[in-house]
Amino acid sequence: MAVALDIRELSKSFTMHLQGGLRLPVVERVTFKVMAGSCVVLGGPSGAGKSSILKMIFGNYRSDAGQILLKQGKAVIDIAAADPRRILELRKRSVGYVSQFLRAVPRVPAIDVVAEPLVGNGVTRDEARERAAGLLRRLNISERLWELPPATFSGGEQQRVNIARGFIPDLPILLLDEPTASLDAANRAVVVDMIAARKKQGTAIVAIAHGDEVRAAIADKIVDIQQFAAVA
Amino acid sequence: MNSDQPLLAAEGLSKFYGRRLGCRDISFELYQGEVLAIVGESGSGKTTLLQLLSMQLEASSGSVTYRMRDGVARDLASLTESERRFLFRTDWGYVHQDPAMGLRMAVSAGGNVGERLMAVGWRHYGRIRSAATDWLDRVEIDANRIDDAPRTYSGGMRQRLQIARNLVTAPRLIFMDEPTGGLDVSVQARLLDLLRRLVNELGLAAIVVTHDLAVARLLSNRIIVMKGGEAIESGLTDQVLDDPREPYTQLLVSSILPA
Repeated sequence: MAVALDIRELSKSFTMHLQGGLRLPVVERVTFKVMAGSCVVLGGPSGAGKSSILKMIFGNYRSDAGQILLKQGKAVIDIAAADPRRILELRKRSVGYVSQFLRAVPRVPAIDVVAEPLVGNGVTRDEARERAAGLLRRLNISERLWELPPATFSGGEQQRVNIARGFIPDLPILLLDEPTASLDAANRAVVVDMIAARKKQGTAIVAIAHGDEVRAAIADKIVDIQQFAAVA
Repeated sequence: MNSDQPLLAAEGLSKFYGRRLGCRDISFELYQGEVLAIVGESGSGKTTLLQLLSMQLEASSGSVTYRMRDGVARDLASLTESERRFLFRTDWGYVHQDPAMGLRMAVSAGGNVGERLMAVGWRHYGRIRSAATDWLDRVEIDANRIDDAPRTYSGGMRQRLQIARNLVTAPRLIFMDEPTGGLDVSVQARLLDLLRRLVNELGLAAIVVTHDLAVARLLSNRIIVMKGGEAIESGLTDQVLDDPREPYTQLLVSSILPA
């Protein structure tokens, strides 16, 4: 299998100007590769910078130094240096992300929240909604909730809506930030199955997963982030 | 053929009111289908910038180029009168914060929408009326209010009518100045949802001035943060809001009250 994502010497710190310019180092020289069809789980205690790494790969956080390389067609693109237009394009075509919490948009029904990434990619609204329905059903979201905005859903329901939204487009790279944190055993098993299916299709996955059971089920490699701890 | 060319490009745009600075040295490119938010406090120069871009104010220096429908990028300052008219009447929309500035308050809702069509040569009454009815429906205004004047409308309805009036000519670029300012939050949410949907469906480019970072996050792909007339930070909207770099942007982001 080919390298899908090649992360080289990636560093990140925050400068908090409101706290007198306090500099908070996060990670230094993070380096690892993700092969197509495999899952890398980021290990380390909370606060080690795992979520920050996912956010840098998604272009949500800026990187101070280093490279995040991926192939798009024949071109090799460095997300760490990409301009906004390129990052938007990558999110449409290459990199999917399931954040830890759903950022709900007022008034938009759950099924449209899930369908939206497909509609943005040129799939018809009806077809996108149909596929969204399939995912919501698979994730055991009761049909009576589909037409309601998810803002009032329980934590576990919101997380499953978020997972459905992240899994609906078929992108070659998928980033998962604690996708099973607030799910019960049955739904955890569904998500583990969905991850396994995507690996089989060749998707490269980078995940954060705290439960040992889930981690053992999905990880092909564990990268301990503590080895990249920044020195303050 | 042209999606790789910007629709609109500002280059070194500055405006002085006498010796007082309006905005200084603003440059950016906007592409088809992109929504750009310009955020900052009142007095930061964001409305001045919007007026420069939309030819309502003349720049002290710098230029704005716009790719016309024939695919040729033109300097806005060099347009002929008929080209300017085409932009104002057809290819651009401008949504004012106060709907009374963008509507004729004593003319019927149908007339408000139809007027834009008549200005570009539509003459057939039945067709104008059916286009107006269609647009009222798209902005969720009941068809039986078509003959009522907007002064009988609520604030949220007026704003939706203003949007219909702007979009009926299928513009490629729409300017919005605090489109949700002064509306109740529930009305705001509905309007934002509507705007988001229309911008996506129509593939519009939009430039939205707002002081509300939540509005910027919901509507825009890219953002420019202004302070004291200068663009102090810009980039992908979620990147700038989640990982702000400049002291002032950090202050803005940290000043949002959680609901």
